[in-house]
Amino acid sequence: MKFTLTSSPHQRVKRNTGQVMRLVMYAAVPGLIAQTWFFGWGALVHFAIAALTVVITEAALLELRKKDFELAIKDCSALLTALLIAISIPPFAPWWITVIGSFFAIAIVKQLYGGLGFNLFNPAMAAYVMLLVSFPVHMTTWSIPQALSLYPTGFFDSISIIFTGYSSDGYSITQLRTYIDGYTLATPLDTLKTAISQNLTVAEAIESPAFEYQLGAGWFWVNFAYLIGGVYLLKIKVINWHIPAGVIGGILLLSLAMYIFDDGKFASPLFHLFSGGLMMGAFFIATDPVSASTTNKGRVIFGLGIGLWVYIIRTWGGYPDAIAFAVLVMNMAVPLIDYYTRPRTYGHKTEHKKTIAVKHIDSQDKSE
Amino acid sequence: MYSDYESIISRLNEGRLWDFPGGVHPPELKELSNQDPIANIEIPDKLYVTTKQHIGVQGSLSVEVGDLVLKGEPLTKSTNPFSVPVHAPTSGRVTAISPHVSAHPSGLPELTVQITADHKDKWCPLNPILDYQQKPKAKIVEAICNAGIAGMGGAGFPTHIKASPKKNIEFLIINGVECEPYITSDDRLMRDHAWQIRQGIDVLVHLLSPKIVIVAIEDNKPEAIEAMQVACQENAKYLVCSVPTKYPAGGEKQLIQILTNREVPAQGLPVDVGVLMHNVGTCFAIADAVFSGKPLVQRVVTLTGAAFRKPGNVWALIGTPISHLLDIGRYKAKLQRQRKLIMGGPMMGFDTLSDDVPVVKITNCILAPDASEVAAIGSEQPCIRCSACADACPASLLPQQLFWHSKAKELDKAQEYNLFDCIECGACAYVCPSEIPLVHYYRVAKSEIRTQQQEKDQADKARERFEARKERLAREQKAREEKHAKAAEARRQAMEEKGNGAKDKIAAALARAKAKKQQAESANAVEPAEQIASTQDTKKDKVAMAIARAKAKREAAKKTEPKETITDSPAEKAEVADSAEQIKKQKVAAAVAKAKAKREAAKKTEPKETPTDSPAEKAEVADSAEQVKKQKVAAAVAKAKAKRLAAKKAEEDKSK
Repeated sequence: MKFTLTSSPHQRVKRNTGQVMRLVMYAAVPGLIAQTWFFGWGALVHFAIAALTVVITEAALLELRKKDFELAIKDCSALLTALLIAISIPPFAPWWITVIGSFFAIAIVKQLYGGLGFNLFNPAMAAYVMLLVSFPVHMTTWSIPQALSLYPTGFFDSISIIFTGYSSDGYSITQLRTYIDGYTLATPLDTLKTAISQNLTVAEAIESPAFEYQLGAGWFWVNFAYLIGGVYLLKIKVINWHIPAGVIGGILLLSLAMYIFDDGKFASPLFHLFSGGLMMGAFFIATDPVSASTTNKGRVIFGLGIGLWVYIIRTWGGYPDAIAFAVLVMNMAVPLIDYYTRPRTYGHKTEHKKTIAVKHIDSQDKSE
Repeated sequence: MYSDYESIISRLNEGRLWDFPGGVHPPELKELSNQDPIANIEIPDKLYVTTKQHIGVQGSLSVEVGDLVLKGEPLTKSTNPFSVPVHAPTSGRVTAISPHVSAHPSGLPELTVQITADHKDKWCPLNPILDYQQKPKAKIVEAICNAGIAGMGGAGFPTHIKASPKKNIEFLIINGVECEPYITSDDRLMRDHAWQIRQGIDVLVHLLSPKIVIVAIEDNKPEAIEAMQVACQENAKYLVCSVPTKYPAGGEKQLIQILTNREVPAQGLPVDVGVLMHNVGTCFAIADAVFSGKPLVQRVVTLTGAAFRKPGNVWALIGTPISHLLDIGRYKAKLQRQRKLIMGGPMMGFDTLSDDVPVVKITNCILAPDASEVAAIGSEQPCIRCSACADACPASLLPQQLFWHSKAKELDKAQEYNLFDCIECGACAYVCPSEIPLVHYYRVAKSEIRTQQQEKDQADKARERFEARKERLAREQKAREEKHAKAAEARRQAMEEKGNGAKDKIAAALARAKAKKQQAESANAVEPAEQIASTQDTKKDKVAMAIARAKAKREAAKKTEPKETITDSPAEKAEVADSAEQIKKQKVAAAVAKAKAKREAAKKTEPKETPTDSPAEKAEVADSAEQVKKQKVAAAVAKAKAKRLAAKKAEEDKSK
C-alpha cells in the first residue's frame, strides 16, 4: 500500500472558511428578525434577491477566470456579502438597487481584485457607498417602524413594493412612511440632524415620535439584537474582541466627551451606540477579516478609527449615518496600520536587541 | 521585564506561573497509550543503526562487515566534541554497512550498520561510575558522551555539551511536559522510573550546580507529577511544577517563558538567560550511563493511534525497524484509509516513507491514525486574513504575512517578519480555516533562504578570491612598472655620467666603418700604380683614415650631442685644418706619383727611343723626389698626430 506523505501538523481544527461564514450568518439572525419585526419583510426579500445575484455573479466571474466556482460558492463568503447588503439598504428600496449593489460588490470589489482574500475593501460597504452616491433618494428612504406606520405592510406588500414601487394596496413608499398622525417620519438619526440644523436642541428633537425613551424607536432593538449576535460570535471565537471594542470605544469616547461638553447640541452616547447600523457595523461589517487589520493592536486602532469617523460624519458630515464611509476609509489605512503594529516576536525584546546588535557587529568585524 | 531569580522563585512557590501567547488545545488522546507500564519486547532479527543520530558531527566507523559485536559496543568513534557514538543495540554480527532509509522527513538513505541479532543479548564489559561525586566532572561528562546520549526530547543535541556549560546556571529545567497529543513515552517513563530520572537529575546537578531544579510536567499527567514529587521530595532544591496543558508548552522557549517569564534572545541560547533544559528521557539515560555504565541502546517508544489494536509504550532497541513495532502493536492497515505512519506526534511528527525506517534516539512515538484522526489531504483555500494563526502563534509571529511572503518568494520580507523565529510547532496550520499548510511553506522558504545564503557565501568567496587576484595582479604590475621606471632612471643617470665614453665608442665604430670604405676606395684608386706609390699611398691612407676618424667623430658628436661641439677643443680644429692641407698634398703627391709611374713605365717599354732623358724630365724627377720627401714628412707628422690623439683618447677613457 502506498504511503501518504503530508507536512505536519497532521491534525486540524474542524472549522473551515465555509463554517466561519455560516456562523456569522447565523449570528445575524436575531438582528434580521428584529429588523423584519420593526421594518417589514423588506430585508428578507432583499436578501433573497442579493443571494441570487451574488451566486450568479460569483459563478460567472470565476468561470471567466477559469477557477472552480463550486468551492467558492461553498465557502459562503458571497452569501454573507449578500446578507450584509440586504440588511444595510432600506427595506423598501427597489429590487434593482440590490441587484446592482450585489453585482458591484462581487464583480468589481471582490473578483476584480483577485477574489476571496484579496479585496482591499469590504465588498458590502463599497457597494453600499456606490449605491448611496448613485441613488441617494432610494438609499435614504428608510421605512418607519411598523408600529408607528399608518399603513403596516405584510409580506406580499413588501414584495410588491420592492418590485413595483407600490404596496399591494397601492401605497407608494412615501405614503408608507406616513406616521399615524399623518405626516412623514424620518429615521431618528435624520430627525436629529434636521432638528440640530434648525437650531433645536437634542431634547426638543427627541420629542419626535421617531424616538422612544430618548432612543430611536425600533432602532434600539435592532441594534440590541445585533449586539447579542455579536456577543455570540465572540463567544464561539469566530471574531476577536478587538475590532468591535474599538468601534464601540471610539464612538463612546467621542460622543461622551461631546455630550458632556454640550448636551443640548450633541446626542447621548447611548443614542449613538444604538442608532443606525452601529452594532451591525461593529460586529458584522468591520470584523470582515479580509479587509480589516490583521494584528491585534492594529485591529483596535482600525475599530477606533471607524468609531471616530462614524461620529464625525454623523455629527458634522452630510450623511445621517456613516458606517460604510468609515469602514472604507479605514480599509485604506489597513496596510499602514498593519505595518506599524507588528507584534514583538519572542526573543526580540529591546534589552536583547542591544546584545544581538553587538553580536552582529562582532561577526561583521570578524568577517572583515 | 527580565524577572530576577528571587521573584521567579517566590512566584513559583506560590504555585503561580506565567503564560506564553497563543497556543492551541488539540485533543490530547493520551489515554490511548498510557494505560500500561512500558513493555519489554522481543529483539528483532535485524537492527539498522543509523551512524548519525544527533545534531553535530558524524563519527567514523569502528566496525567492519562480519564483525561480531556485543551489546553496547560502540560502532562509531570520533574525537570531535560535537560527536557522540552509536552502539550495538544487541549482540550479533554486523551483516552490512550501507545506506538505509533514515528516520528523517526526507527519508534519504543514510549510512547504517545492519546488525543481525544472535538473540543472546550479551552485554560488553561495562564501567559504571558509582561514586560520581568523587570523580572529576570531566570524567562524568566523558562518560555521558561515550554513552552516546543526545537530547531525547526531539532535538538530538549532544547532551555532554549541555552538561558542561561555560556560564552559570540558575535554573535547571527538566522537561516532562510532553505537550504533543497522543505521545505518552515520557509520561510512562516518569511513572515507571521516576527514581532513576531523579538519579539522572542528581548527576546533572552535580555537573551544573544550578540554583534550583524545576521538573515541569503538564497537568494532564497527574500520575507522573505524583511519581516525580515522591522521587524528588527529599531535596528542597527540586521543585515539581504542574504546567497548564496547552500546546506547545513543552517547547524549550515556551517552557522557559512559562516558568521564568524570561525569553531566550533571538539567535541566543537558554543559557544566555541562566537556564538549561534537559528532557526526562535524557536524565534517565544519564543515570543509566553513569550508574550502570550502559550506553544509550534503547528508548521508550509510544505506539498509538486507532490503527494499533494494542497501543502502548515499549522499550525499543535503537535500530529496530518500525515494521517490528507495528507487529508488536498489532497494527491493522485496514483501519487506515491510506497507509500513514507518523514518526513523532500529530503536530510535529513526520510521515515515514516505509516501514523499514529504524528507531533512532529521538523517536518517541509511532502514530498510526485512522481516517477520522487526521486532516483530509488537500483542499487549500485562499487565506481570508482571519489571523487565527497569529492568535495561535506561541512566538508572536504574523503567520499569514510569513505565508504571503513565503508563497510569493519574497524571502527578504519573510525574514523581516522573523521567519527564523518560527519553531514550526504547527499551531498556525492547525487552526487555519482555509486549511493552508502554513508550516510547509515556512520550511520551504527557510530552506530556500539557507540555500541562497550558501550560494551567496560561495559567490562571496569566489568574488573575494577574484578580487584578491585582481588586486595581486595590479600590485605586481605596479611593482614591475616601478622597477622598470627605476632601472630606466638609473640607466639615464648612468648615461649622463658615462655618456662621453659611450659616444666615443659609437664614434670610433662609425669612423672605423668609414675608414674601411675609404680604404677600399683608395685601394681602387692605387690599383694601377706601382709598388712604391702604393706603399706611399698606404701611408697616406693611414693619415687619411685618422683624419676621417677624427672627422666622423666630430660629426657623430655633432649629431648626437650638438651642444657638446661647443666644448670641442681648438686643437681639434687645427688638426682638421692640418688634415685638409694634408689631403691636398696627398692628392698632389698621388698625381705626381701617377705621372712618375707613367714615365717609368714609358722608360721601361721604350728605353732605346729615349736613351737620353730630357733635363726637363730630370727636373721633374728631382721635383718628384722632393715631393716624396715632403710626403714622407707629412705622413710622419700625421702619424704622430694620430698617435697623440689616440693617446689622448685613451687618457680620457681612463679618466672616465
